[in-house]
Amino acid sequence: MTQIATGAKSYAAQFAAFAQSTPLPSALASLRDDAFNCFDRLGFPTTRLEEWRFSNVTPIADTPFVASVTAPSYGQAALDALHLPELDGPRLVFVNGLFIPTLSSTEGLPPGVRTRSLSEVLVNDPETVQPHLGRLARIENHAFTALNTAFLRDGGVIEVAEGVVVDAPIHLQFVTTGSDGPVLSQPRALVLAADNSQVRVVESHAGESETPYLNNALTEVVVGDGAVVDHYAVVREADTAFRIGGLFASLGRASNFSSHAITLSGAIVRHEAGVVMNGEGGVCTLNGLYLGHGRQLVDNQTTIDHAQPHCDSHELYKGILDGRSRAVFNGKIIVRLDAQKTDAKQSNKALLLSEQAQVTTKPQLEIFADDVKCTHGATVGQLDEESLFYLRSRALSEAQARQLLIHAFAADLLSHIKVDAVRHQLDTLLTERLPVGAGETDHH
Amino acid sequence: MLEIRDLHAAAGDRQILNGINLTVNAGEVHAIMGPNGSGKSTLAGVLAGRDGLEVTAGTVTYKGLDLLDLEPEERAREGVFLAFQYPVEIPGVNNAYLLKAGLNEVRKHRGEPELDAMDFMTLIRARMKLLEMDDTLLSRPVNEGFSGGEKKRNEIFQMAVLEPTLAILDETDSGLDIDALKTVAGGVNALRDPARSLVVVTHYQRLLNYIVPDFVHVLSGGRIVKSGGKELALELEEKGYGWTETEPAAASA
Ligand SMILES: Nc1ncnc2c1ncn2[C@@H]1O[C@H](COP(=O)(O)OP(=O)(O)OP(=O)(O)O)[C@@H](O)[C@H]1O
Ligand SMILES: [Mg+2]
Repeated sequence: MTQIATGAKSYAAQFAAFAQSTPLPSALASLRDDAFNCFDRLGFPTTRLEEWRFSNVTPIADTPFVASVTAPSYGQAALDALHLPELDGPRLVFVNGLFIPTLSSTEGLPPGVRTRSLSEVLVNDPETVQPHLGRLARIENHAFTALNTAFLRDGGVIEVAEGVVVDAPIHLQFVTTGSDGPVLSQPRALVLAADNSQVRVVESHAGESETPYLNNALTEVVVGDGAVVDHYAVVREADTAFRIGGLFASLGRASNFSSHAITLSGAIVRHEAGVVMNGEGGVCTLNGLYLGHGRQLVDNQTTIDHAQPHCDSHELYKGILDGRSRAVFNGKIIVRLDAQKTDAKQSNKALLLSEQAQVTTKPQLEIFADDVKCTHGATVGQLDEESLFYLRSRALSEAQARQLLIHAFAADLLSHIKVDAVRHQLDTLLTERLPVGAGETDHH
Repeated sequence: MLEIRDLHAAAGDRQILNGINLTVNAGEVHAIMGPNGSGKSTLAGVLAGRDGLEVTAGTVTYKGLDLLDLEPEERAREGVFLAFQYPVEIPGVNNAYLLKAGLNEVRKHRGEPELDAMDFMTLIRARMKLLEMDDTLLSRPVNEGFSGGEKKRNEIFQMAVLEPTLAILDETDSGLDIDALKTVAGGVNALRDPARSLVVVTHYQRLLNYIVPDFVHVLSGGRIVKSGGKELALELEEKGYGWTETEPAAASA
């Protein structure tokens, strides 16, 4: 066996070559350098860190991932095969983290909306992104955020001007395909929704690969005063793949932000949502639906920082776990001293379809104000036997009955999904494609 | 139609049925009465295939089939229907969707073509009328938030749609006011047919004024301790169950 350098150290040469070949304006170049230094100092997280206690990322640390220099050619047919939501409106398509203009379209966007690739913006208009990149997604204490920022290169930039309402959802498709070796894909998205604007953004993360790849994606969203932003992250990575995702948003006064984290597949999928309620009267909804099978690990981490008074936050996560899959939900709610009249609700519900599936829920409330309402709850259950019998006594097969109850479990989350293409995709998946035996058998 | 021989059943280590013998011929209506906890629902559950009930002895033959060998859905497709004593609320599962899926399974089993949405709606409307069902119940999740009476009505409505050959009604009358009772009984009677048998579990003779039984059986301690004609129900109403237990068991019908 030849020794391959793994762990954080193995990225130094890659970073040096990358930094040299990809010039950036000085402020961003120094962000990139700082980011790499942070990553180098932190190393990949271990389970000794509280935030990673239940999520062992050794398989990621042990694999020498390499960023693609040029995007492989990739046709529409291949994209279709990935079962992405059938969105035919405005879209930016990325393969291995790199923008593919020929597959992208800005059709159907009203005036006042700009969708551009980050690579283009970094060259032609870096002033637009400079004040925002890395401001919400902090590199200091997070190795994956630092790693993404160190290799800052491409992604989607969406700008919606003041008061502009965008009807068509804007789709960011991130596709990873492994060819020669373990691919490192590190796309970024930046959504700038100016005051009183409204926009829907759907991120699809999907991939196809025999070899493992790492999709380490970051999204930053700035929601202006009175703006309404509805965001979706649909994750359908290859079964061999690792996906670390960060979604960071700051909410202006009386704004409304919702984000739906939908995890369908991937060996290790971790999704972190961090929201700062920066203006009075903001409303934030974080919803999540996660499916686990095989030996998959699905980890959802949320942090809602109530920094201002009179803000509401609602979190509802639901998991459907089969096989030996494991899920982690960690929900942190911070209510600052000034944030009186905060109303925060959080709940994580898991449906276990097999005896080996597991879920760990950890609510974390840090409340410094005294006139607030904060509730949290967690439930873990199996399919209800009496309901199963009832459905079967009405002539439905056991498989049909299980499927109906599984779909029913997710029904309220589905009803909150306002992008039809995404909702239909999940409907189909939950009614037709989900394994529905009497608990999945373990092939390992 | 249905032939129960020496049926013993247990739940966990608790023996509940202790040798039931009962023959139900096509077109007959049998009423089963008996005190709380005597095993009426257990008998109904064993016939419908409820999980967790173990048959420790005896046989059940239905239309020449070994009923106990069939899965609950196979029994339903063969025409066995149980109206639950406590219908289950199933949030997130649409009432009409369940019925259509169930009916089409039954039709497939009978070798009939599946109904399309139009034909299904036509059938449904007719059956809803029969039971004076509120339209809105159809589009709601199964039994969720239904009143006690609405749940029972929904059970008989499902029966009317699935058109079983053996229907077991477990205390369908409890929780119904007199008007609802008449409507539900009217629905049941409209489904009476020389090829369809009914087993009606009830505590009250009142229901039997509307659904007139051919036979009445008293279940006590997991056995049929007395059988007779419809007048037995009146006698029970008058004297209570106490006197039946002291009499020698006239078990098999
Ligand atoms: N799963 C079970 N485990 C243990 N005991 C059970 C179980 N199911 C029923 N029993 C018991 O068996 C007895 C018979 O129950 P069953 O429900 O059949 O009575 P019933 O005649 O229908 O009564 P009711 O008139 O109250 O509906 C009761 O004492 C009940 O508590
Ligand atoms: Mg009962």
